Amino acid sequence: MYPLMLTVNGTVHDVEIDPRRSLLDLVRETLGLKGPKKGCDHGQCGACTMIVNGRRINSCLSLAVTHEGDTVITVEGLSEAGELHPLQQAFIDKDALQCGFCTPGQLCSAAALVDEIREGLPSVVTGEVGVAMTNEEIRERMSGNLCRCGAYNNIVEAIRTVSGDKR
Amino acid sequence: MEQSTSKIIGEPMNRVDGPAKVTGRAEYAGDHQVEGGIAEGFIVEAPAAPGKIVALDVADAEAADGVVSVLTYKTVPQQKPYGSPEDEGRFTQSHAVLENDRVRHFGEPVALVVAETLEQARYAASLVRVEIETEEGVFNALDHKDQAEKPDSVDGLDEVDTQDGDFETQFSQSTHKLEVSYLTGAQHASAMEPHVTVAQWDGETLIVHMAIQIVASAVSAYANTLGIDEANVRIISPFTGGGFGSKLGVHNEAILAALAAKQCGKAVRVAQTRRNLFANGPHRSRHLQELKLGADASGKLRAVRHSSLASMARNYPFAEAPASPTRASYAADAIHTFHRMVKADIPKVDSMRAPGEAIGTLTYETAIDELAEMCGVDPVEFRILNEPTQDPTSGHAFADRRLLDCIRTGAAKFGWSGRVKPGSRMAGRKLVGRGMAVAIRPNTLSPAQAEVKLAADGRLVARLDMTDIGTGTYTILTQIAAETLSMPASQVLVQLGDSRFPETAGSGGSFGASSSGSALLDACAKLKSALSERLTESGVSANAFAMKDGRVLANGKRIELADLIGAEGLSADGAVDPDNHAKGQADYSYGVQFAEVEVDADTGEIRVRRLLGVFDAGRILNRKTARSQLMGGMIFGIGGALLEESLMDDRFGSFMTRDFAEYHIAVNRDVPDLEVHILDGYSEHSNPLGSKGIGELGICGAGPAIANAVHEATGVRVRKFPVHMEDLLDRLPAV
Repeated sequence: MYPLMLTVNGTVHDVEIDPRRSLLDLVRETLGLKGPKKGCDHGQCGACTMIVNGRRINSCLSLAVTHEGDTVITVEGLSEAGELHPLQQAFIDKDALQCGFCTPGQLCSAAALVDEIREGLPSVVTGEVGVAMTNEEIRERMSGNLCRCGAYNNIVEAIRTVSGDKR
Repeated sequence: MEQSTSKIIGEPMNRVDGPAKVTGRAEYAGDHQVEGGIAEGFIVEAPAAPGKIVALDVADAEAADGVVSVLTYKTVPQQKPYGSPEDEGRFTQSHAVLENDRVRHFGEPVALVVAETLEQARYAASLVRVEIETEEGVFNALDHKDQAEKPDSVDGLDEVDTQDGDFETQFSQSTHKLEVSYLTGAQHASAMEPHVTVAQWDGETLIVHMAIQIVASAVSAYANTLGIDEANVRIISPFTGGGFGSKLGVHNEAILAALAAKQCGKAVRVAQTRRNLFANGPHRSRHLQELKLGADASGKLRAVRHSSLASMARNYPFAEAPASPTRASYAADAIHTFHRMVKADIPKVDSMRAPGEAIGTLTYETAIDELAEMCGVDPVEFRILNEPTQDPTSGHAFADRRLLDCIRTGAAKFGWSGRVKPGSRMAGRKLVGRGMAVAIRPNTLSPAQAEVKLAADGRLVARLDMTDIGTGTYTILTQIAAETLSMPASQVLVQLGDSRFPETAGSGGSFGASSSGSALLDACAKLKSALSERLTESGVSANAFAMKDGRVLANGKRIELADLIGAEGLSADGAVDPDNHAKGQADYSYGVQFAEVEVDADTGEIRVRRLLGVFDAGRILNRKTARSQLMGGMIFGIGGALLEESLMDDRFGSFMTRDFAEYHIAVNRDVPDLEVHILDGYSEHSNPLGSKGIGELGICGAGPAIANAVHEATGVRVRKFPVHMEDLLDRLPAV
């Protein structure tokens, strides 16, 4: 067992863990936060997406012990003081979910995506005019988050409605 | 948000479970926590099959850190024989695992390692050594056509085969004849939530949190497998992370968890890994479909013959019916349909979203497109020309058929302007093509019950063992109750997914909303009558009343509910009996899909540019969630046309494509802007709500519309699905 200290959704955790434990299993099993989901455990579906030090990652592919001192945000940490994050509200309003299993990952991914675009980080579809919040940019950047129910179009719409938001 | 209490059904109300799902609070089976902790089970799969286990060494696994127990056929608690009783049907029969030293198929569990943590269980599982003495197996129906049999029944149809009219004469006298065969690939439903079960025993009672579509048949499956009373099985499944058919019945992890919990004396979770799913979950078999179509010079269909050959998992009776849409789509002088199956030593073959139609419209609607082209008739006109006036095979009247409305509306909205010469429309280096196809899906009603209880504070609780697998059940049931009782939706609480609640047929076959909704409608109507009686007794005679915040509003008066129904409240039970509806009528949901694709003129890469659907599914219960389901179906159709295939290594009967890197479902960027149009309707013969099934309709027709567009883009007819770039590459037009 190895000691690990990290901050999840604003709370500092000091734990002893199996070095084989992934960040996803740490959050779900050790800390009991069940929002992030395990859809494939291979980094292929995105249901486990968390925001670590401001960047989204597939938490199932990352060993927890590599996150000493890191700051992690899960879907539970998107809302503040009981108030939904604008993306969460937009996902409800645009029906950007069906079964909801991929939703925690979609939301974390979307929140980080808004920041990436604001910072001007390019993607494979970014043209010469530069990064902009186009449907094609959103689609490309959300393609690491699978949704078998097929809520993709509503997810794009939900992200567009809040893309100007500063939160 | 307060809804108007007069008309709520059909309104695009936000999903009532939306807040729970966007905050991570919705509890799926694998999220369930148990006081005292949960041990983790990890499946050890058979590395070869069929055959006999000749060596199984678990000593190292048992000695590994944290291991609680290792279950094998030598140590597993008593079960009833797999498949018994035979007349029970596949969902409720015994699903025994680790039964004996036989292994039926590749990947079948040969052991379950239970440890304190997942890491310990997974490592210990790697220490189990197993040796199988294999025998000759049947893995691919196409290699064993001589073993093809007529199955006892096919999914969703009354008849396995039909032979209406004189096919040989009509075909031989046809002016235009098409004779084609198609291969459709095996598929896995690939719900985002893998199959997972948390089981624990409280004395003689088994308590299970599982991902399931139909609660009641899962209760029977446990009882039949473990030899216990159904009353001693409790299943709880408030949220299921997608099903698409794969969670209709129970699978190996469900039984393993129950056995392990018994053996270990504590709660055990068995979560199938994504890789497990491809052997321990169900799949859609690959099919060989042969079509012979004949038409006269004007394009009138004379002869249709559709036969299908596929694999059935040995000892698991399920046969998909791809010729189902062929029986009901178009009028023809002769229509013959056949389904044949070969018993194979492969994982379970079972329903996957729109069984029959998903792969049946894929072939039939592309063959129709090809025949229309041969006849020189526009594909839209061809379909209008062959519209039947009654169900072509049964001869029954249609309960409600507005396919032509769908087709004409779709053609107008899409801007269909007839076909161009295939391979002639270019945009840069992209070949652009358009295509269309019809969607059809049988509409059924299943028995269901519901109970409602109104409390003195004005809150209504509705309970059914129905599930919400992402379909929006919580929401539409809330709307039905609120409208029927003239009360705000915010005061309705729908509780689902518990075997202690009244029985329904669950989620499947697109019957969920109509069936559970009709039962709830009945319960609410009965509650309303009872409340009316109480009003009359208290001296207020009113034809209509509304409820809000614990008061009844009638005849301009406000009466406290507490005075009418007392502290104990008022309850009612409701039900729906399918025998009372759509008797002797052919009942289907309909639609049409139009697609535009681009094919890279150099690489053959196919991208969908537009997909537009127009659907008629009777009365729409929630315009927002209905549209979402239809869109999801259309996206599933993109997968079926272009992406999804579970490839089997036919030497060993093992699927090779066992994760999302190999089994490709559509990702966000594979999907263009989708247009969904829904005709307003009310199907009075279908059920008391007037609604029809919608969950599978969107897939039907989407794939063939895309394939037909690929043909117009390139001039190439690909008669296998999915259509890949390599199928086009050496046949692309020189441009």
